[in-house]
Amino acid sequence: MDQGNHQGLTLYLKIWRQPGPGTEGKFVDYKMEGISPNMSFLEMLDVLNEDLIKKGELPVEFDSDCREGICGTCGFMVNGSAHGHQDATTVCQLHMRHFKDGDRITIEPWRARAFPVIKDLVVDRSSLDRIIAAGGFISVDTGGAPDANAIPVSKEQAEEAMDAAACIQCGACVAACPNGSAALFTGAKIAHLAALPQGHPERGTRALAMIRQMDLEGFGNCSNHGECEAVCPKDISIKVIAKMRREYLRGWLK
Amino acid sequence: MSNNGVLNARIPDGPIQEKWDRRRFEVKLVSPSNKRKFKIIVVGTGLAGASAAASLAELGYQVLAFCIQDSPRRAHSIAAQGGINAAKNYANDGDSIWRLFHDTIKGGDYRAREANVYRLAQVSVNIIDQCVAQGVPFAREYGGLLDTRSFGGTQVARTFYARGQTGQQLLLGAYQAMMRQVDRGKIVCLPRREMLDLVVVNGKARGITTRNLLTGEIELHVGHAVVLATGGYGNAYYLSTNAVNSNASAIWRCYKRGAFFANPCFTQIHPTCIPVSGEHQSKLTLMSESLRNDGRVWVPKKKGDSRPPSQIPEDERDYYLERKYPSFGNLVPRDIASRRAKEVCDDGRGVGESGLAVFLDFEDTIKREGIDYIRDKYGNLFDMYERITGEDPYRTPMRIYPAVHYTMGGLWVDYNLMSTIPGLFVLGEANFSDHGANRLGASALMQGLADGYFVVPYTLGDYLATSELAEIGPDAPEFKESADYVRSRLTRLLSIKGKRTPREFHREIGRILWDDVGMSRNRAGLTRAIQEMRRLREELWQDLRVPGSNDMLNKNLEMAGRIADYAELGELMAIDALHREESCGGHFREEFQTPEGEAKRDDENFSYVAAWEYPCSDDQPILHKEPLIFENVPVTQRSYK
Repeated sequence: MDQGNHQGLTLYLKIWRQPGPGTEGKFVDYKMEGISPNMSFLEMLDVLNEDLIKKGELPVEFDSDCREGICGTCGFMVNGSAHGHQDATTVCQLHMRHFKDGDRITIEPWRARAFPVIKDLVVDRSSLDRIIAAGGFISVDTGGAPDANAIPVSKEQAEEAMDAAACIQCGACVAACPNGSAALFTGAKIAHLAALPQGHPERGTRALAMIRQMDLEGFGNCSNHGECEAVCPKDISIKVIAKMRREYLRGWLK
Repeated sequence: MSNNGVLNARIPDGPIQEKWDRRRFEVKLVSPSNKRKFKIIVVGTGLAGASAAASLAELGYQVLAFCIQDSPRRAHSIAAQGGINAAKNYANDGDSIWRLFHDTIKGGDYRAREANVYRLAQVSVNIIDQCVAQGVPFAREYGGLLDTRSFGGTQVARTFYARGQTGQQLLLGAYQAMMRQVDRGKIVCLPRREMLDLVVVNGKARGITTRNLLTGEIELHVGHAVVLATGGYGNAYYLSTNAVNSNASAIWRCYKRGAFFANPCFTQIHPTCIPVSGEHQSKLTLMSESLRNDGRVWVPKKKGDSRPPSQIPEDERDYYLERKYPSFGNLVPRDIASRRAKEVCDDGRGVGESGLAVFLDFEDTIKREGIDYIRDKYGNLFDMYERITGEDPYRTPMRIYPAVHYTMGGLWVDYNLMSTIPGLFVLGEANFSDHGANRLGASALMQGLADGYFVVPYTLGDYLATSELAEIGPDAPEFKESADYVRSRLTRLLSIKGKRTPREFHREIGRILWDDVGMSRNRAGLTRAIQEMRRLREELWQDLRVPGSNDMLNKNLEMAGRIADYAELGELMAIDALHREESCGGHFREEFQTPEGEAKRDDENFSYVAAWEYPCSDDQPILHKEPLIFENVPVTQRSYK
């Protein structure tokens, strides 16, 4: 299978299988042999799925797209950690060299009220898009923008905005939170736009509208556990939640 | 559209600087109260699709936006690292619209249409304004103004960037603009839908047929025009830097409904990617080519030298790019760097376990500038390299190898970005228009946003204002025919019940294309590729095994349909490469090279766009030509010696 490593790892997988939305699911055990340490976690699942298809079984469905850690499509729990145990890494960038021969690995979908399971490891995260639609933008139509250098933005402001804007909307923060809160996600967008002068005219109404939508979608409240920050593959700081609260107050007191 | 085999691109008259202004004045407008009566279908929500959807909705049209991802924000534009070009001349270093235009035409090896490229350079300045107003956090100088850098060997600093995540940040700007219109009810966004057919009524594009990827339901959507922004076809090669769901099916379905496919053999192989580590490899990862500013490319002089790089003395190393191109050195354009890497590996001097890699070595720069210099500049890329390979590039040279990255070919469009099917507009990588035979770095983001924000909102309006578009519904016979066709194809894919998985066929198609329609092509190889693609297509329809059924989320069924299309498209790529008896840009024909082994263009015979028409039977596709006329850029042979 892999050039130069003909033995590879033997792994014992326990994977959540669920045929469809609202149906009952269960864990199913799979034994994998000859897994190359150079594979990514998703490539290991690709190999499992090829075997399952050959055996006439249904493959394990999981979402993935860019496989380089930027699109935010992939994500599930690996041994209870969102995206697995490696810091600041999406599961598509987690490689098998971080596992040992004989390891047992439990794989299950994001669990959150606002993320219903669609099938196996695939969940519905459209609630996050609706939070953005509620106010996660600056209202400028195409065509009327002033020259890009007309409004100076300090390097600090630009860096602060960029830190928050690095969010890939994968949902790991929600899955890791005991309350199933989307505060880190929502806070990141509010903090990104509030850090820039271009985002100031709408800052109050934006925070109110996005937080209202977050509550409507069934996300829980933030109670400062900090699990979200710990699992975030893009190292978004929990400071954005404090910023979100300030922006909310600003809007509410207006 | 096509008269005696010659295509009319409907380029406005007048000097090149005035053409776009003229067209914008010539176009008929749709009155504000009438705009809401038109429904526009936009397929794909990358930079081109999302910017078009948002801009059209802002104008007042009803927009239906489709994407295969679970959210429109995940389209593959998101992965672009380096930056976006614009002729702002903020750096005061001699840039201008004229220079960006000139560089793009030359970089494309004189196989792009002048009028389109000039317009691209013109609107590039508006793109940056628009994105900043949306809150895109571009890099800044301490004084608060925008920072720019030089990229991809250009001599001016015209590339704007947002860390190594420029594509992501530009896409978020377009996505947010789009979601604002979703909230206002102007856009209906349908994610997890795959376009499986174009519906043509009375010769005009009037709708699409989609599969709901969650339920398998076949859905019919009627509109007054269709805007296709579904990206390129690099995944035909199986391994590429594209996302695993990027595919060619939407453009291929349109080709089979009559849209011409232009320059399918123009593919870009990017020189700096992480090499393949084994059969399990599912995609390749690009290392930004900015690394070539500070890294030196080398291989051992001796064949089969398997010593670790640190034990190979200086005089036994071949810095082959510096040796062959003393003035450009490691910064030669992408196509040249890729071919030379292949050449040394074919010569048995490649490195790593597979022998299909060359070293990109930062040791000299680290010695000269210090390790912090490298960490500040490339820290995130070095981390990504270590995550994937398990090797520390601060201590040992990176191993890199070329990989398929971008496709310059695509559906043929006129100056208005309309295909040969009236009412079908094609934007971004899905069309062929602006990059000729080789795309320059930081130009793809520019083109996607130019098409979506600033071109199609004008030209689409003109089409709607000047066309007779009868009111039709999904009960029209053409829609029923399309739905029947789509259903029967899915049923057929599921009923083969053979032995080989979709992935196995995909790998095989990729191997054929990589070997014979890749970095270096010749008559025998291309003839063989055509035969092999036909054989494989037959095998596929007899031996494919697709698990599950249609009425569920079934990613292997999705893949199967795309792969069946690659097996057809792959043949067209080879046919086009065989017919183009010259070397230009990314298309290198071994028979046509200079004594030094450089590409030899044939302007006398091949200065045209090759636009292929699908034959109604199984015969050879029909070639149409759009002559390329260069009135503003003197045609010269590229030289980087």
